Amino acid sequence: MAVEAIALNKHVSSSDARLTILEHLDLAVPHGERLAIVGRSGSGKSTLLGLLAGLDSPSSGKVLVDGIEISSLDEDGRAAVRGRKMGFVFQSFQLLPSLTALENVILPLQLAGNADAEALAKAALERVGLSQRLSHYPRQLSGGEQQRVAIARALAPKPAILFADEPTGNLDAATGQQIIELLFGLNAEDGTTLILVTHDNSMAAACQRRLQLNAGRLHEMHDEGVAA
Amino acid sequence: MRAFSLAWGQLKSHWAAGDLRVLMLALVLAVTATTSVGFFTDRVESALERQGAMLLGGDLLVSGAKPLADAYRQEAERRRLAATATVEFPSMVVRGERSQLAEIKAVGAGFPLRGELVVSGQVALAGVTPDARPAADIPAPGTVWVEARLATLLDLQVGDQVGVGEREMPVSAILERENSRGGDMFSFAPRLMMNLDDVASTGLIQYGSRVKYQFLVAGDAAEVDRYAAWAKGIADTGERVQDVSDARPEIRSALEKARQFLGLSTMVAVILAIVAMFLASLPHVQRSLDTYAVMRCFGASKALIMKILLWQTFMLGLIGSLLGCLFGYMAQTGLAALAGSLFLEQLPAPGWLPLLSGLSLGLLTMIAVIWPHLASLRDVPAMRILRRDMGNASRVWSGYLPLALLIAAMMFWHAGSVRMGAATLLAFAGLLLLTGLLAMFGNQLLQRLPVSKASAWKLGMAGLKRRPLVAVAQVAGFSLGLMALILLALVRGDLLQNWQASLPADAPNRFIINIQPHQIEGVKAFFAEAGIADAEVFPMVRGRLVAVNGEPLDTTKYEDERARRLAEREFNLSWAANMQADNQMLEGRWWTAAEHGQPLLSLEQDLSETLGLKLGDRLRYDIAGSTLEVTVSSIRKVEWDTMRANFFAVMPPGLLEDYPASYISSFHLPLGRDQALNRLVQDFSNLTVIDVAALMEQVRGIMNRMTYAIQYVFLFSLLAGLALLYAALVASREERLREAMLLRVLGASNRQIVLAGLAEFLCIGMIAALVATLGASALAWYVSVHLINISYQFNLPLALLAFAAASLLVPCAAWLGMRGFLRLSPRKLLQSV
Repeated sequence: MAVEAIALNKHVSSSDARLTILEHLDLAVPHGERLAIVGRSGSGKSTLLGLLAGLDSPSSGKVLVDGIEISSLDEDGRAAVRGRKMGFVFQSFQLLPSLTALENVILPLQLAGNADAEALAKAALERVGLSQRLSHYPRQLSGGEQQRVAIARALAPKPAILFADEPTGNLDAATGQQIIELLFGLNAEDGTTLILVTHDNSMAAACQRRLQLNAGRLHEMHDEGVAA
Repeated sequence: MRAFSLAWGQLKSHWAAGDLRVLMLALVLAVTATTSVGFFTDRVESALERQGAMLLGGDLLVSGAKPLADAYRQEAERRRLAATATVEFPSMVVRGERSQLAEIKAVGAGFPLRGELVVSGQVALAGVTPDARPAADIPAPGTVWVEARLATLLDLQVGDQVGVGEREMPVSAILERENSRGGDMFSFAPRLMMNLDDVASTGLIQYGSRVKYQFLVAGDAAEVDRYAAWAKGIADTGERVQDVSDARPEIRSALEKARQFLGLSTMVAVILAIVAMFLASLPHVQRSLDTYAVMRCFGASKALIMKILLWQTFMLGLIGSLLGCLFGYMAQTGLAALAGSLFLEQLPAPGWLPLLSGLSLGLLTMIAVIWPHLASLRDVPAMRILRRDMGNASRVWSGYLPLALLIAAMMFWHAGSVRMGAATLLAFAGLLLLTGLLAMFGNQLLQRLPVSKASAWKLGMAGLKRRPLVAVAQVAGFSLGLMALILLALVRGDLLQNWQASLPADAPNRFIINIQPHQIEGVKAFFAEAGIADAEVFPMVRGRLVAVNGEPLDTTKYEDERARRLAEREFNLSWAANMQADNQMLEGRWWTAAEHGQPLLSLEQDLSETLGLKLGDRLRYDIAGSTLEVTVSSIRKVEWDTMRANFFAVMPPGLLEDYPASYISSFHLPLGRDQALNRLVQDFSNLTVIDVAALMEQVRGIMNRMTYAIQYVFLFSLLAGLALLYAALVASREERLREAMLLRVLGASNRQIVLAGLAEFLCIGMIAALVATLGASALAWYVSVHLINISYQFNLPLALLAFAAASLLVPCAAWLGMRGFLRLSPRKLLQSV
């Protein structure tokens, strides 16, 4: 399995109450699968993505990535696994404003100690059609272009698993559609496992499997609706 | 290496994106201010040392009243140091019917070892003769050189014969300048210089003669130091080993005050710059949190983040410090150009020490500024990327300790004394506290004002309410910056004026000593003739302190050499009905008319401290063979650098009148009245006139030049204050940008947003201006009265003007800062956030 979650629980405590976000959640994502997790705002999609990617740790339960139990690792251990195996695309792009497009793409390659970082980054930007925009800063790019840079950054290190959190959430419909096509196309070329969090049903429909997060649990979705 | 290249790459990008400019500017400013003043004072110090050496005539001087042991010469030879000897004694010099007391100096080959003698072939009373030239050698055996004053008094020309003891010798040159006369102003009878080999044949040195034997050495500094240590070990009682640090006390005192001013203004600049750095670092830290969260997300370990952070801090510190040192070096050439011509020669090149202190300051400040955020930055959770509220910079108060310690150390270092440093530290801490409290109070008061109907004003007030902490921090930052600027405006002129007023243009420039009682009327007639109105004539009786509180005085118990010398020598005792105007009573009280004739004594503070004497002590003096016991009834402070005649020990009238007394007077002789003075001296040949005009010109010159130098350094404070104001604006820029964007999206007009911003900053500016004006006035009073001892007058119009200007400065600067993003469309604004 590329990613596996076993009996995953996540609670947050505030001063007067304990809020359950995820409850006894199980999930298995085979290598190469394209999975969509859908749900309403506040249903805990991003929290689940954070746990699966090791950005956060669960209250209880296990998360395994390529057989490695990342939920038992410390922050640095999880960071190392992320660096080796994962790529990320976020709703708000998360490009560093003081770095150019090229530098933003180079960053994860450099972190992985890749000697050929610049060439790989240029190639990745060319794949997303931005070879003319290498030295532009994020503020000089449109929203769609910024998300393309983010996709290039996510795919440049050739990750085994790509996490995407509402990748079209900040874009207009037409641009969003272009980004979906680009993301899926590149994902298919690379054979990467894709875990996509979205509330956009049309985007989810393009995935092999769709799960809906509701009341802290996942439910399988079929074309005709939701099944238990 | 990976951490280094990541750190370097990011640093370049942050710089290109403009994130680091204010931080860097403030850092460079702090280092520039420190190093320029450091380089400059270093150069002045070494110039003084060189000048000191010229004044001594060598690097080290051994002197005594008896012939010095040959061991001094042998040791100098052994250490390969240049050496020579001189002998000085007073004697009458005769030409025909005329005779005059002269200070005779017989010099050995090679004199002076440092500096030079300037001679000429003709007598000129004022100024230097056109043929004045450095002497190639000492007076040839059998000839003498005389000072112009002696030549005038005896009507001598070059070639004339003059009688010195049993010899008649021709005058071979007029001695125009002898640097080594500067330090010893009260031995000034006119100079006659002769060859050391001729001394014996004059027959002037006999048992009981008042002779000063001197031995001079010069050479490699370290070797001279070792020689000095050796010489101090073998010196007999009555022999003195003097090095260059003892030379020119009056110039040292003027420069010491200048150094204090320079130190204070540098300190203000550096502290402002550090606070500016801290404020400017906040947006940088905030952005770094986002950067590191992304890096954590893509696999960076905490250790790597920490390394990158440390590398960046180090590189920023290093680049800023190097630039600061470079600018500091360039700036000090400006300072030196302003002050350079004070000295006989060009200032020597600066040393490396200021460079080291500049580098350490820059690096330490950078570390101290980042230190409070170190843990938050290292531990930033990767989850921040999905939830921005996670991993914000936490505020642990202990994290600010290094910054506080650094600022405190800075104060002590620049203040130059523990007292001054402690006072500044207390003032700064109090100021911060007060500023914070006043800002908080002012903000709360504003919120209680009746709600205005003007929507912009409401919006502005709401801005303050939303960000009470930011508002207080901004007010504190603005206040500090404004306070420094107002303080400079309030005190700079006063301080410098007062400093210069301590040596006014009509300060005494001549002393007459050895006036006999029957000559007083003649001297007063001279004052009338020369148009000198305020000259006073003081009586002087010489007495030796022999017992304190009934115990015979044992001078060997004084470990301090100066104390021993003071106790051993004869005191000049004087009497007066009233205290001199430039004295200040510290302890006890001055005598009343009813107490005249009572055995009382008023002592000078420094002397009483050195000799360990206090109020109520009974001192017994031996005056011309009889004893007089008096009780210390007051302790005074005397401003010695006013150049007025003053006394360590003063008694009431009615005690000393019966003892043999001579009189002393100091007065200001206007230019061109020398002839009247020469006539007086011809009438009363026993009078000794001491001319300190040249010396005072030099001190006054130093004050004038240093005033420019100090104003120059004030410029750094001004820049640092502006940098601080700007940093305080930048610190909240992003939040304001976001708000402006939201308001614009919600339909607010540009005008409304500008007015809201202006209303908010007008309030902040007014509170800050009020705090700053009050604080600066209090500080100005404290600095003037307690630290520099000059009177202070509150300048209300200037304070009001400063308040008005400061209230307007902040909103104007804010408007300039906001203007840029207000013109943008909401869509553009969205992208720039």
